[in-house]
Amino acid sequence: MIQLHRLARRSEPYVLAAIVALCLLIQARSGQFFSGNNLVDDVRSLIVPALFSIGCMMVLVSGGIDVSFPAIASLAMYMTDRILLASHYSGSVVLAYAMAAGFGLAMGAFNGLLIAFLKLPTFVVTLGTSSLYTGIMYGALSASASDVPPAIAAHGKAKLFTATNEQLGLTSNMPVQVLILAGLIVVVFCLLRYTMLGRGIYAIGGDEAAAERTGFNVRAIKMFLYCFVGFTAGITGIVRISMMSFADPSTMLGMELTVIAAVVLGGTRVTGGLGTLTGTILGVTLMIIMANSLILIGIPTYWSRVFTGAVIIVGTGVTAHQVGSTRRRARAAAALGGLGGGVGAGHGEG
Amino acid sequence: MGKADRRGRVGRGDKNLLRLLVLLALVFALMAVLRPGQFATAASLNSMMRQFPEYGIMAIGISLAMITGGIDLGVVGTANLSAIVAAKYMLAAVPKGASPAELAPYLFAAVALAVATGLACGTFAGTLIARFNIPAILATLGTQQLYTGIAIGITNGRPQSRLPLLYSKIGNTELFGFFPLSFVLYALIAVGIGLMLSRSRFGTCMYMLGTNPKAARFAGINNASVIMRTYVLSGLLSSVAGLIMMARANSAKADYGAPYTMQCVLIAVLGGVDPNGGFGNIAGVTMAILILQFLSSGLNMFNSVSNFYRDVIWGGVLILVLVFNRILSQRAERRAAARRTAQGR
Amino acid sequence: MSESVLRVEGIKKSFGGVQALKGVDLDIRGGEIHCLAGENGSGKSTLIKVISGVHEPDSGSIEIGGRRRERLSPREAIEAGVQVIYQDFSVFPNLSVMENLALNMELMDGRKLVNYRRARATASRAVSLIGFDVDLDERVENLTVADRQLIAICRALLQDSKLLIMDEPTSALTKKEVKSLFSVIKSLQGRGMSILFVSHKLDEVFEISERYTILRNGENVASGSTGDLDSKTFAYYMTGREFADESYRPGPIAAPPVLSVKDLCLEGCYEGVSFDLAPGEILGITGLLGSGRTELVETIFGISRPDSGSVAVRGREVKIRSVKAAIRRGIGYVPSDRLTEGLFQTQTIERNIVVAVLEKLSGRLGILRRKLVADTTARWIAELSIATEDPSLPVRVLSGGNQQKVVLARWLANDLAVLILNGPTVGVDIGAKYDIHGLIRALAARGLAVIIVSDDLPEVLSCASRIIVMRGGAFIEELDPAETTEAKLGELSTGVA
Repeated sequence: MIQLHRLARRSEPYVLAAIVALCLLIQARSGQFFSGNNLVDDVRSLIVPALFSIGCMMVLVSGGIDVSFPAIASLAMYMTDRILLASHYSGSVVLAYAMAAGFGLAMGAFNGLLIAFLKLPTFVVTLGTSSLYTGIMYGALSASASDVPPAIAAHGKAKLFTATNEQLGLTSNMPVQVLILAGLIVVVFCLLRYTMLGRGIYAIGGDEAAAERTGFNVRAIKMFLYCFVGFTAGITGIVRISMMSFADPSTMLGMELTVIAAVVLGGTRVTGGLGTLTGTILGVTLMIIMANSLILIGIPTYWSRVFTGAVIIVGTGVTAHQVGSTRRRARAAAALGGLGGGVGAGHGEG
Repeated sequence: MGKADRRGRVGRGDKNLLRLLVLLALVFALMAVLRPGQFATAASLNSMMRQFPEYGIMAIGISLAMITGGIDLGVVGTANLSAIVAAKYMLAAVPKGASPAELAPYLFAAVALAVATGLACGTFAGTLIARFNIPAILATLGTQQLYTGIAIGITNGRPQSRLPLLYSKIGNTELFGFFPLSFVLYALIAVGIGLMLSRSRFGTCMYMLGTNPKAARFAGINNASVIMRTYVLSGLLSSVAGLIMMARANSAKADYGAPYTMQCVLIAVLGGVDPNGGFGNIAGVTMAILILQFLSSGLNMFNSVSNFYRDVIWGGVLILVLVFNRILSQRAERRAAARRTAQGR
Repeated sequence: MSESVLRVEGIKKSFGGVQALKGVDLDIRGGEIHCLAGENGSGKSTLIKVISGVHEPDSGSIEIGGRRRERLSPREAIEAGVQVIYQDFSVFPNLSVMENLALNMELMDGRKLVNYRRARATASRAVSLIGFDVDLDERVENLTVADRQLIAICRALLQDSKLLIMDEPTSALTKKEVKSLFSVIKSLQGRGMSILFVSHKLDEVFEISERYTILRNGENVASGSTGDLDSKTFAYYMTGREFADESYRPGPIAAPPVLSVKDLCLEGCYEGVSFDLAPGEILGITGLLGSGRTELVETIFGISRPDSGSVAVRGREVKIRSVKAAIRRGIGYVPSDRLTEGLFQTQTIERNIVVAVLEKLSGRLGILRRKLVADTTARWIAELSIATEDPSLPVRVLSGGNQQKVVLARWLANDLAVLILNGPTVGVDIGAKYDIHGLIRALAARGLAVIIVSDDLPEVLSCASRIIVMRGGAFIEELDPAETTEAKLGELSTGVA
């Protein structure tokens, strides 16, 4: 039971409101927003960022910042692509996913080793590994844009359904990959909410020393976290190249900052401890709608980044304001000398 | 307080500088040995001196932000926007076929515009952080998008080229017949900022603010003012970097140097700047810049080795240094903790 | 005479060649409240860690509930019924009350999945154990410190403890909250639990505990019934020094007031505050948390601006709009939370000392004069006897008392008219406390005007030449310390006779 006043303190409702407002605005100006084809295109565009954002959010909640996931995704995907092409693989795409996930897991495990066991700071470590993995990809493997094995290409063309825009005669296919996103969302939702592992991630983000003392195996939880991020990054890599039917090693690089921005927009605190899956997906949705659909109201794509930047600034400003007022309220409560609650309050003593 | 505490005398900053110096010497020696007659030549050094100032100056800007406990991820966006503003002005205002003497005032004006843009960008970022309390990493993520977006918008994504040749000529001149102007600029900036950090009141305020903003407030430091000045300075430095990039490429483009951002953060951290604030110096940052440049140029000379190996080495070195530092400090901490527990604290 | 619930004998423990415990005994009987006291370095923290299984003793015996334990792990200690509540409570501010209460149990039971209904039942049971009325779904970060402590206590109670060890539990609480906590502790005692209360505050030792054990330098110094203890003996046992009763009587005040406050008001904090302060006077402002005392001095220092009223420094009315302005006018402020508000832990001692006088120490272009900085630092280290040989060490290597001296030095390095100290000896050992009080009196005797804000009534009585009691934002009464008592001050602060 979420009471209304508590709802007002969270970010998700505001992001949702912004999305709704934006959609209505675009619909009003162009009449095209809610057309099936446009909606499907938007969903198509958000699959990869959303996949990234989930792992990213989990790391942020635990109090860290991981910037290496695009590099992991790229390297994992590239290695898989090369191997499959070299062996003239023509089987199912499942193997591609498995391989990439495996590579991603290994790379994430390396992060985990440094962060969980050696207790190195996450931002700097992932900065280093990001450089390392990118360098391996371009340097050791001399990566360049290449084709994808037939299985992946076919997978990329597979669709759930087709949406048509009668007015303009455009059609868009809802890609099958959206099921992967949906699956991940369900898994992570259950993980975070119903398992001790998930609660442990929040606990670590709240107070790592206390988590240790309470009995959480902090090292194991963190190790899992970074392995999981690597695992999903690998899968995301295959999703990306299958949807593009083309393996360009650079396509995902540089996304880390915009993904982090989207996650924070959705209410996740950079300092850790707070963040929801709902908010994260909403944040990504908002960013994608802005990036994609501004053209429908006549704003050329050139200006979309300005909007993205403005939204990040406004969104984080609002969050900063909320955090500030929470602290002010807590201080006020403390200054009143604990008049609320407390033992004996029920006996009329206070 | 006896002998035990004297061991801490050589501060962490000095130890780090020493390690960097050793690393720098190693890299230089390695490259000189592996590529004799190629690496340690005047021509090669000259070429290196041309390449690093543009990201080196931005790395200094990011270091300043990190020392105060923040970060400036908008340096590249600021640099590009400043360059584009200058470029557009030159393309629009300079009359065709003007002589060098006639060009001069236009060039000055263009540079002034670029600097003004950098100052404005820095002021905006500083306001977001100091006045609206937006965490620096997020505010500058936003400004990076914003400034790059504006740059794309006003150029429709197209590079601004065919600038007056005089600009590049001046930008690429060499002083005393050897030192490129950009290198001299870097040296002046590094020395100036380094002195400011270590010798001036403002520098001390920056370190204190980065260490503990609450205590800084109670000590009479005007946090908002220090933060504002830091980001304005960073913006200024970025605009200078942008002008240098424009001189080298003879054009200005909105998405030039995109990988520089993370690279500069890497440089700062390797150079000993603490991302949490309160520590770092320009000497360390400069050494980190030189290490990167030596690696980059050196690797370039191996025909079979891709330049991207630099990224591998770079990331690898960063991680090794981190691990090394961590193991050392864990050992020191264990010793100190044993002492403390024995004293019952 | 109840049986011992915990008995340790001859505990020895050393770390890397330094002996923390040199053969310590402790005996806690069933259903009693026992106080363990000692200064920093006495070994009491180590002893607690040994009892709770965190450290293994080098020699000595541990008996819990009559059973000898050979090796004790933290888990075994908990299972044997020994629980420790540390000073930081180990609560998760970002999680709900319910989760804070239940997660520990779930983990101990080895659960992998969370059942919210079971968690809620556990949480409800926990709070009912002491009648704690709290919203289970509220995020802990929105609760007060006292409530968080209660959560920690409830959580500990879930484990069916026989001995609850509380480490300095009152350091972050207001007087009202301390009273509340004591009634909780008494009710736990009524249920047969024993409480080991670690504290160095004498009044608490007397109020709550029946028996005490005092450690010094890793050895037992004294133990017995608190009824037989008085403050002088207590101080002597703790430090090995004798302390004379001190008070402060300034000579005749000839100079005009250096600080004049008239009708100062700040909405929601205080109103109608007026007083004058002459050089050489020590004004003690006391009152409960929330009485406006901290807000008042923060306004004078420029952290907040008053809604109305005036402040005059050295005879001239001033509008203090910022901390920097206050410093320029000669007002210094030593904040109550030394660690987070006063010190830059990782910065050098030198920097910590000179940070508030940078303007005076710099020349043109804002360049600092190195020699002047070094001289200033050396001077104040000598004057205040700060125990360090090297001012370029980070300030965190110093002890609490020396750290406080560094903060004091920072202000004295200015040309001060008024020095405000908020809780000057919070968390400081008895010995260092005595020294700091002497220092304050010496400073006042040399002509500084001092304001001490404190709710440590003995401290106020022994240092101040005038006392003002605040309650609910208003000045209640001004008193002469020679003519009033702790009891009277307490009455005025709470408004309850």
